[in-house]
Amino acid sequence: MTLYRLLLHLYPSSYRAEYGDEMSAIFALELRRSQGLASRCGLWLAAFAEVLFNAGAVHWEIAKRDFRYSIRSLLRSPGFALTAFFLVTIGIGANAAIFTLADFVLVRPLPFPEPDRLVKVWEKHAGYSRMELSPANYRDLKATSASFAALAAYDDSAMNLVGEGAPQRLEGSSLTGNLFSTLGRPAWIGRYFSERDDQAGAPGTVVLSYGLWQTNFGGDGNVMGKSIFLDNQPYVVIGVMPPDFHFPTRETQFWKTFRFQEGAYTDRNDNYLTGIGRLKPGISLAQARSELATIAARLRQQYPKENEGVNASVIALRDELSTQSRLLLIALCGAALCVLVIACANLANLLLARSLARQKELSIRVSLGANRRHILRRLLSESLLLGLAGGAGAIGVAAAALPLLSRLVPNALPIQQVPPVDVRMLVLALCLTVTTVITFGVAPAIRVCRNAGFGGLREGVRTGGTGGHRARAALVIAEVGVSVVLLISSGLLIRALWKVQSTDPGFRTIGILTLRTALPIPKYERTNIREQFYTKVLTDVRSLPSVTDAAYISALPMTWRGGIWPVVVNGRSQNRTESNSASLRFVTPGFFSTLGIGIKSGRDVSETDTSDRPYVAVVSESFAQRYWPDETPMGRHFEFGLHDRQVIGVVGDIRVRGLERTSEPQVYLPYKQVPDGWLIGYTPKDLVVHSSQQPQLLVPAIRRIIATADSEQPISDVRTMGEIVAGETESRTIQMRVLITFTAVAIILAGLGIYGLLSFMVSLRQQEFGIRIALGARHGDIFKMVLGQGARLAAAGVLPGLALAYVAARLLESLLAGVRPADALTFSTAAGVCVVTTMLGTLVPAFRAVRVDPTTVMRAE
Amino acid sequence: MTESPDSLLPLQPTTFHVLLSLTDEDRHGYAIILDVSRRTNGELKLSAGTLYRSIQRMLELGLIEETKTRPAPEMDDERRRYYRITPFGRLVAQAEVGRLRNLLKMARLCGVTPRTT
Repeated sequence: MTLYRLLLHLYPSSYRAEYGDEMSAIFALELRRSQGLASRCGLWLAAFAEVLFNAGAVHWEIAKRDFRYSIRSLLRSPGFALTAFFLVTIGIGANAAIFTLADFVLVRPLPFPEPDRLVKVWEKHAGYSRMELSPANYRDLKATSASFAALAAYDDSAMNLVGEGAPQRLEGSSLTGNLFSTLGRPAWIGRYFSERDDQAGAPGTVVLSYGLWQTNFGGDGNVMGKSIFLDNQPYVVIGVMPPDFHFPTRETQFWKTFRFQEGAYTDRNDNYLTGIGRLKPGISLAQARSELATIAARLRQQYPKENEGVNASVIALRDELSTQSRLLLIALCGAALCVLVIACANLANLLLARSLARQKELSIRVSLGANRRHILRRLLSESLLLGLAGGAGAIGVAAAALPLLSRLVPNALPIQQVPPVDVRMLVLALCLTVTTVITFGVAPAIRVCRNAGFGGLREGVRTGGTGGHRARAALVIAEVGVSVVLLISSGLLIRALWKVQSTDPGFRTIGILTLRTALPIPKYERTNIREQFYTKVLTDVRSLPSVTDAAYISALPMTWRGGIWPVVVNGRSQNRTESNSASLRFVTPGFFSTLGIGIKSGRDVSETDTSDRPYVAVVSESFAQRYWPDETPMGRHFEFGLHDRQVIGVVGDIRVRGLERTSEPQVYLPYKQVPDGWLIGYTPKDLVVHSSQQPQLLVPAIRRIIATADSEQPISDVRTMGEIVAGETESRTIQMRVLITFTAVAIILAGLGIYGLLSFMVSLRQQEFGIRIALGARHGDIFKMVLGQGARLAAAGVLPGLALAYVAARLLESLLAGVRPADALTFSTAAGVCVVTTMLGTLVPAFRAVRVDPTTVMRAE
Repeated sequence: MTESPDSLLPLQPTTFHVLLSLTDEDRHGYAIILDVSRRTNGELKLSAGTLYRSIQRMLELGLIEETKTRPAPEMDDERRRYYRITPFGRLVAQAEVGRLRNLLKMARLCGVTPRTT
């Protein structure tokens, strides 16, 4: 029978106390009447099942009752319920969203089998830790390395799709035949490339991304085996990759193979392949690095001229993320945690105040014989209800916020843009919510229940306990401190953003329209054919009303960071290092005037700079300063881009690599001096147009002009120069907006926290104020007293907050773009904002204290 | 307490059987189990857990009440509690019988009658 009595412990204790004895007696009777072992076993089994079922049902009925009571109780104080709901929703929602994002970007395995074995392989040159591989070096690394189960390579390769509706520019990637098998994801439909597909002379094959297959081919399975024309060359569709396959970036719409000719392996300075390898099982990153270092050393010996100073680096694919992207997310996680701390502190304060205010009610209940356990259970169910409702709200907030935050998912990782709402994160958020509300909701209630009784009844709500007040004051101080940290961090990042935004890019950004017409090869392989296209387009565009000038360039600043070539001056052969390389761009005449880049001396490239004339170049001021610091650069010669060039002009420097990076000096070459079939990747393709009106208005007219020049020529990347420059600070701007939102929530909550605490204290001290006023205290004294109390709380929070903020700012230093972590203006402004907000929160209770009527208060007593 | 007996209909079979069991005399829990089993020829054998869960609910609804009247000491067991049907409980039981009768009438009109074995 002891076992049966133990079993009855599954019932609630009150139920057990009421019916336990009778149930045991009945079971004992039945047990006595049963005969035989089988019958007894059956009885026990039935008892187990029956107790399990009925105990569950009894608990459920009680829970339903408690929840109904809680809903009624919360509806009676809608202000409290809504505030608590809002706090949980904001605190948990912000954290669920930010941590889902951080987990997605920083932690979660990449969507490939055994992603830890995937690495990127780069060449390492002096000043360039990540330089693409030349096909020759790639071939040698692949042939001699023993660390890799597979080593593959790829390069970006945008192409024009013609013959499938309107001509279209597609972003794609050229791959070695083994790349897909290295990554290990099977094709969605059809097959992917094999090593046969990248041999010289192999027929052209293409694999489509799921997105392109859907949008351009309507998801038709019959597309397999069909020929499509990319840059006027036929490619047979052999497969479609899965919807969540993004490689190397999310923009990639198709993949084709390289078909290297033997000539591709001659130039070891022609770096354009990104290496991707899968390490053999058991081979560590360090082992692979050391092996590649040995191979690189051997290649340096073998090719002392071409490979001088060239090393190899191996980086885990997961670590491709820039330090800035990583830090940006970590900073947001920190900010989200700050919001959670503040929301929890406010929630705790709110629940504590409610418990104290209900002390009298609870005391009456206990005095009238209510079971303390029942009371506690009801309080628990109230907290749980708040937690669950807030948790549901938080899930909504997270789901709504994630698409907005998706711009923070770096393009460098082969993952989708919008992180899916993660079940683990939701479970974590729910646990966090329930723990929060139970800790802050039930713990104070336990204390109140313990004190409830005649003592509590006597004291009523007036005292509330000094311990409670101290706890609430400590929470408010913590809120103020954390708000200061957030205010200063946001302030510093705002200043950093302003600083970056105010960086002069060196060119005009207003009134400039840009678009791309990438001319396909071999159709436009000959320079004079291309000239006809440029001349026709530029003449017509320049004749449009409001257009002041227009030009073509190989690639716009900030859109392509490549095209860096070594410079040879005075016959001194030098390898490519940061200190002797420059960016190469071919331009049409008028490029500098279109973009407002000042010609400091000499002249612009002209239509007469043809390939049968001496090869010339316009260089930037930093180029001239570097190679001819104390001499005039005009007329000087240097070797660059496979030719000897003569300087004919010097122009201002521009930020080719973006607002926050150091850019190499620039060299501009005349568009007519590209030999037929040479430097195909550098043929001018970006059109820039300066307009005196809204540049976007020109788009339809320019589209017509280009269609007239070549009806098969697609147009892509239609943007204003302002948008391109703004894109440079996009992730910073989003981060700042999120931070400002968090900070605003934090500071408002801190203000409300002080307001709530002081209002409560004033209501407790009404009698004291009444007596003071009756004894002659002036209103000003009372006002100052309450204000002083608020000021003390603010100061107690602000001072440690400043110290903590400095620590946070030091951690954020690499995001600050040169703004000092101890920036006095930011620190003083933030402290000022915090003090003002908290004092605003103090004003209303202070006025309320002054308005206390002594006679009313004393009569009430 | 519920105002209208009809608002509790239809009754759960256990509730109805407990009410029937208490119509002729006050009984304790085990006596109710035995009575229900006897009247249903052993087809319905209430377990202690199910019975007391019903009893708790019926007490809350005012269908039954605990009675202080106990049998002679030699017949009694102090652990036992005795229950009595309330006038409201009787009204509810009658309402349920009425509901069942109407249901039966309806079935007969549709030509559905119990199979004779």
